[in-house]
Amino acid sequence: MLVKVAINGEKHEAEVEPRLLLVHMIRENLRLTGTHIGCDTSHCGACTVLLDGRPVKSCTMFAVQAHGREITTVEGLEQDGKLHPLQEGFMAEHGLQCGYCTPGMLMTSVAFLKKNPTPTEDEIRRAISGNLCRCTGYVNIVKSIQHAAATLQGGA
Amino acid sequence: MALKTSPEVGGMGHSIKRKEDPRFIRGKGTYVDDVVLPGMLYLDIVRSPFAHAKIKKIDISKATAIPGVLAVITGQDLAKYNLHWMPTLMSDTQMVLPVEKVMYQAQEVAAVLATTRYAAADGVAAVEVEYEPLPVVVDPKKALEPGAPVLRTDKKDKKDNHIWHWEWGNKADTDRAFTEADVTVKQDIYIPRIHVASIETCGCVAHFDKVNDKLTVWMTTQAPHVIRTVFALVAGHVGLEEHKIRIISPDIGGGFGGKVPVYPGYVIAVAASVLTGKPVKWIEDRMENLQADSFARNYHITAELAATKDGTLTALRIKTLADHGYTDAAANPSKFPAGLFHVCTGSYDLKAAHVEVDGAYTNKPPGGIAYRCSFRVTEAVHTIERMVDIMAHQLGTDPAEFRMKNFIKPEQFPYKSALGWEYDSGNYAGALHKAMDTIGYAELRREQAEKRKRGELMGIGISSFTEIVGAGPSKHFDILGLKMFDSCEIRIHPTGKAIARFGTKSQGQGHETTYAQILAEELGIPAKDIKVEEGDTDTAPYGLGTYASRSTPVAGAAAAMASRKIQDKARKIAAHLLEAAPEDLVWEPGKFSVKGAPNRSKTIQEIAFAAYTNHPQGMEAGLEAVSYYDPPNLTYPFGSYICVVDIDKGTGDVKVRRFVAIDDCGNIINPMIVQGQVHGGLSMGLAPALFEEISYDEIGNVQGGSFIDYLLPTAVETPKWETGHTVTPSPHHPLGAKGVGESATVGAPAAIANAVVDALWHLGVRHIDIPITPPKVWRLLRDKGVTE
Repeated sequence: MLVKVAINGEKHEAEVEPRLLLVHMIRENLRLTGTHIGCDTSHCGACTVLLDGRPVKSCTMFAVQAHGREITTVEGLEQDGKLHPLQEGFMAEHGLQCGYCTPGMLMTSVAFLKKNPTPTEDEIRRAISGNLCRCTGYVNIVKSIQHAAATLQGGA
Repeated sequence: MALKTSPEVGGMGHSIKRKEDPRFIRGKGTYVDDVVLPGMLYLDIVRSPFAHAKIKKIDISKATAIPGVLAVITGQDLAKYNLHWMPTLMSDTQMVLPVEKVMYQAQEVAAVLATTRYAAADGVAAVEVEYEPLPVVVDPKKALEPGAPVLRTDKKDKKDNHIWHWEWGNKADTDRAFTEADVTVKQDIYIPRIHVASIETCGCVAHFDKVNDKLTVWMTTQAPHVIRTVFALVAGHVGLEEHKIRIISPDIGGGFGGKVPVYPGYVIAVAASVLTGKPVKWIEDRMENLQADSFARNYHITAELAATKDGTLTALRIKTLADHGYTDAAANPSKFPAGLFHVCTGSYDLKAAHVEVDGAYTNKPPGGIAYRCSFRVTEAVHTIERMVDIMAHQLGTDPAEFRMKNFIKPEQFPYKSALGWEYDSGNYAGALHKAMDTIGYAELRREQAEKRKRGELMGIGISSFTEIVGAGPSKHFDILGLKMFDSCEIRIHPTGKAIARFGTKSQGQGHETTYAQILAEELGIPAKDIKVEEGDTDTAPYGLGTYASRSTPVAGAAAAMASRKIQDKARKIAAHLLEAAPEDLVWEPGKFSVKGAPNRSKTIQEIAFAAYTNHPQGMEAGLEAVSYYDPPNLTYPFGSYICVVDIDKGTGDVKVRRFVAIDDCGNIINPMIVQGQVHGGLSMGLAPALFEEISYDEIGNVQGGSFIDYLLPTAVETPKWETGHTVTPSPHHPLGAKGVGESATVGAPAAIANAVVDALWHLGVRHIDIPITPPKVWRLLRDKGVTE
C-alpha cells in the first residue's frame, strides 16, 4: 500500500506492507533511528512520536494509519540549528543517561507542555508515566521539563 | 575535596555537562539496532512453549516455503560444527540450540534466517516442533529432594540436581558464638528472581567478511574484550581466531549486568553470518528479553544473628539455596560461585560468621547476573540489614541506635571482617547521623507514635549498607582465567588535545565525561579537549569491562596512572625546554614551572607540541602512555538510607513518602553524574522492593514475562529522591574514589522493607519478602484483623 506522510516537515511516500508498524517505517524505511523500540506492549514509550501534534506510540500503529498525516520525531525538534528548549533542559538538568528512552520522553514532553505550559510536578510525573526510564530515577527528567517550561514561558 | 582545576579545565569535583548528551538529545546515538549493512539478513528465534520437553521433530518445510525465508537453523545444524553447546562463565555448559530437549519455557529451539524482519517472524510462526513434555522441576528445594527428576541428563555421571556447595568463614567459632549468645534471631528471606530490563533489549549485527577473513560484531555487550576472547575460545576450531574477530559495543541503552553474558542469539547470528557470508542482525523483543535472558538474585536464604543481651552483635550464620535454572551461567569471578555474598557481615563489627550456599538446577532460564550490583552484594546487604532490624526490634532498641552501637568504627579501618575482607575506609556513623538529621528522624518517630495511637500505619526503615566493588585484585579475581585488571591508553596530540581509550564500556554512566575529567585533573588539559573512546576491540586496550561498579575503581585508576606516566615524560621535556633539572620543576595542573621562578614555565600544550617537534635527544618522540591497572584491594562504598512509608489499610498499598539517601563513594569526579547515578540506583532499588518479580507456575510457565505484568516503576510510583553525601576517600585508589553506580540499588530495598515491617511490627509482623505488593500486605493486614 502507498503511504504518504509528512515527517519533520518533509513529504515522503513509501510502498509498504499493510502490517508494517509505523515505528519500522520511521526507523527502517525513512532511516530516522532516533525513535527507539523498547517493548512489545505499548508500555515503555521509547517509540513515542507526534502524529498531528499528539504523542502516539509508533510501535502500536500501522504505517498505513499515518497516511496523509504529519509526523514529528526527535530529529525534527532542532530548528535552524537551534535546539528545542526541552533538548536544552534535558542537557542542563542531567535528564538522560543511556539516552535510549530520551527521544520518547522528549516527544511526550513537547506535546504535554503545549497543552499545559505551567505544570505542577505531579502533573509532569503523570504526563510522562507512559514513558519508562531505567537510568535516571525520573527526578532529573522532571527538572528538565520544568527547566524547559520556564524557558518557554520566559520566551512567550 | 578542594578543587584543583578551574571550571574551564573541568577536573574532579566539577559538575560539567555530559559530552554524550548532544547526540542523544538529537536522536543521533548509534545503538545496535541502528546499525544497517548492505545485504543484511534478519534472524528470529523459535522458542519453546514447554519448560521441559523432548524435541521429537522439527519440521521446517512450511517455514522455508515462505518468501524471504532463507534457512532455518537447528541444533542438529550447529552440532555438525560442535557449536550446539557453549561453556558458561562458571565452567558449566549451556545450549546454543537444543538437539535432544528443552530445559525452560522460552528456550531457543531453532532460528529463522530471512531477508526481512517480518519474513523472519513469519518463519518463526511456521516452524513446527513436536515435543514430548517431561516432568518439570520448578522449586529448587524439591529439585534437591531424593527422587527428583534429574535435569542434566547430558552430564553422564550426574545423578541429582545439585550444582555445588560453597562455604566460607569459621564454622566452629560461629557455632560457638551462637551457643554462647544471649539472644538469637532466625529468619527465612527469599530474594526473588528479577530482571534488569534495560529499556534497550539485547541484540547484535554479525558480519563475517569472507574476503578479508574478518568477523565484526556490533553487539550489546558490557565487556567487549572478554567477548572477543570467549568467541575465539568457542569457535577457534572453526577458524574464528582472536585476531580475526572485532567486537564493537556501540551506544548501549542500559546494561545493569544484563549485557555481560553471551546469549545463544549472538552465537547463532555469528554462525549464520559465517555460513552465509552476509551480515546478520538479531534483535530480541521485550518478551524474549524478560523470559530468556539472564535473571538476577533468586536466593532462598535462612539467616541467624546472635547478640549479647546488652545488644552487641556477635555472630552471623547463613544457609542459602541458589536457584540457577538449568545451568550455572552466573556472571561471577571464577573463584566465587556465590559472588561476593560473603560480604554479608555488612557494616557491623561481628566476631564470627559462616555462610553456606548450595546451587540447584531447575527448569528455568539460566543466569545469575547482578541487577546493578557487584556480584550478589544486594543479597548480602538485604540479609544483614533485615536481620539487624529484626534483632533491634526484638531487643526493643531503636534501629538507628542499634546500628550506631554495632557499626565498625572509623578508627578500625582498614578493617578485617570475620569473613576475610579488608574494608578500605568508612565512617558509617557519620553517614547515618547525616541521614537522620536530613530526614528529621526524631520528629518522624514522634509522628509515628501518634499515628499508631490513631491506628494509622506508618513505618521508618533504615539501611546502612557497605558495598564491595571494583573487582579486583588479580590474585583473587578472574573471569575464565582473565585477571580483572582494566586499562587506559592516552595519546596527547601535538596541539595538546588528547584521545583516551579504555577497556571498559559505558552504558549510560557518562564515561566520555568522567574519564575526560580524570585526565583534566591529572594533566590540566581541559576536559573538552579530550576525546574518550571505548567499546571497539580493534582500537581500545584490553580490559574486563563495565559491571560491578568497577569502571571508576579500576579503569579510572588506570586513567590516573597513565596520566602520571605522561606527566613524568612531560617533566623531562619541560626540563629540556626550560633548561632546568627535572627535579627543580613544580607541577600544577596544566603546567610545569621552575621552583622559585614561577614565570619560567611551560604549559602541557607547549610540552605536547615539543614532544613531536623539539624533544630532547635520546628521548623517543611522542606523548603517549598506557596503564593496565591491577587494584591492590577492592573499594568499599557505603551509605545510610532512611525511608518513610505509609500503608493504606484498605488496599495494602505501600507509599514511599520520603527517602533520604546519604552515599559515600570517596572522592567525587562529577557531582552531577554521581547524583544521577544514585537517583537511578534508588529507582532500581524501589523496583524489586515493591513491584518486580519473575515467578513460575508449577509447570514452569513464566509469570512476569512482559511489561504487562513485569512492573517497572513509572514517574508516578517513584518518589522524589533526596540525596546527599559524605566523603571518606579510599586510601589505596590513586584518586581516592570508590565507585557509585550500584550503591543505591544495593542499599535501597532493605530500607523499604525495613520501613514496611517497622510499620507492622506491633501487629506481630516480623518479615515480608520483597516485592512487597499490595495483595501481600493486604493479606497480612486481613490476617491481623486491621484491614479497612
